[in-house]
Amino acid sequence: MSFRSLAEILNKCKKEDKPFWRVVLEDDMEERLVTEETEEESFEKMKQLYMAMKGADIAYEEGLSSTSGLVGGDGARMGRALSEGKTLAGPFMGEVMSKALKMGESNACMKKIVAAPTGGACGVIPAVLLTYEEQFGAFLQQMIEAMYVAAGIGQVIAVRAFISGAAGGCQAEIGSASAMAAGALAYLNGGDGECITHAAAMSLKNLMGLACDTVAGLVEIPCVKRNVGGAVVAISSADMAVAGIRSQIPPDEVIDAMREVGESLPRTLRETGEGGLAATPRGIEIKNKLMS
Amino acid sequence: MNVFDVMGPIMVGPSSSHTAGAVKIGYTARKLMREEIKEAKIYLHGSFLLTGKGHGTDKALIAGLLGMMPDDERIPNSFSYAKESGLEYEFEGIELRDAHPNSVMLKLVGIQGNKMEIIASSIGGSSIVINQIDGVEADITAAYPTLIIRNIDQPGHVSMVTSLLSKYGINIATMKIQRNKRGGNAVMIIECDQEVPSELLVLLSNAEGVKKVTYVNAVEA
Repeated sequence: MSFRSLAEILNKCKKEDKPFWRVVLEDDMEERLVTEETEEESFEKMKQLYMAMKGADIAYEEGLSSTSGLVGGDGARMGRALSEGKTLAGPFMGEVMSKALKMGESNACMKKIVAAPTGGACGVIPAVLLTYEEQFGAFLQQMIEAMYVAAGIGQVIAVRAFISGAAGGCQAEIGSASAMAAGALAYLNGGDGECITHAAAMSLKNLMGLACDTVAGLVEIPCVKRNVGGAVVAISSADMAVAGIRSQIPPDEVIDAMREVGESLPRTLRETGEGGLAATPRGIEIKNKLMS
Repeated sequence: MNVFDVMGPIMVGPSSSHTAGAVKIGYTARKLMREEIKEAKIYLHGSFLLTGKGHGTDKALIAGLLGMMPDDERIPNSFSYAKESGLEYEFEGIELRDAHPNSVMLKLVGIQGNKMEIIASSIGGSSIVINQIDGVEADITAAYPTLIIRNIDQPGHVSMVTSLLSKYGINIATMKIQRNKRGGNAVMIIECDQEVPSELLVLLSNAEGVKKVTYVNAVEA
């Protein structure tokens, strides 16, 4: 993609009077010099990813646990609490939380998922998009457009900052996924380009500095539960944006700040399993047990 | 970076680098061998060694060697499939100098007796690099159809290879030429825009001064 900033995307939207998702789609086709692949084919490819997310959600198995035994069953627990009216979160957020847990668990259990942008953060975008489709009756076309919105945001973050925990901490994985999901939700809820980019910015702001401190180096603790955080922050950010709330710091500057913070994070907090939760007494105990 | 680098790939979890990337390494190694694999000695390095078990890196590598792709749901059971198809394997740890933290050395024997030693790394997302083939620096991503031609370092061989490729309408995307010493052993690593047909591979193998031709078709993400 040739865009190096969210501002550039918005400028193109204004100049060509096109929605955010279409500008992302058209630029991508131009960038890849996709002459043989038509727009329909690109759209179809994105649709396959969305359907794979749906398939992964349906394929969740409650009784499964990861090879380490550390993860499994929480998605179902959350779903049950929701249906029994025990949660404070409403039906939308409660279901999003349940789906985020389920996808994170499926990932840890070596099931098929869609990296978005990574395996560790694979629960965030499907949680919000699938729940939105289920509960608000959106057309599939709109959902795929939302995927392009998310992808456009993700690409700018990838180019301007990073999308891997090893490079920039969890703020770069869950944070990025949350920003992508926030933009997508803002779009689905009627937001324009500015609304979309501010939703993304507010997600990143709320997750700024989040460390990557995976216990025993696995994509399990705290990754699975962080997918919930990412998804819920996305909902809040999208809602704030749709309410007309704007980030005082321009979105591209927020991305740059995320990069700067990521670069400042010590190595121990960048997917080395040496700091934070990974270095707690229990974290070390778990690591030693698994290594033996 | 395009939309499908950030959205996707569809993969068996948990880690795009430690699982999906590992499958791709196994898959690419099998493609380089050009035959089914009978024996595999697998040496894990760095993070692959330390967290490999929890990430299913071992299962992923075997799955790739068996020809599975990163989204194949049989990956978690690859050890049973290996037993079924007669693939014998062994895992050990190794310390590779200057290697990426997610690296592996594979010593492979094919069913027709061919042998190959590969060092490869999983560098993030599900991108991989084949660093070395039989001790020779390669740095192949297998994003393109790739030729590795081992030859004697003498005038004429490079132009002979490139004119043969051009005769078959194959465009060269990138080309690296290395040698261990003047007049010694040289290697050409050629990334092509088109697939190389088998008859051209035979012609290249039989050409003067050529010692060995290795080829791998593009491996999709």
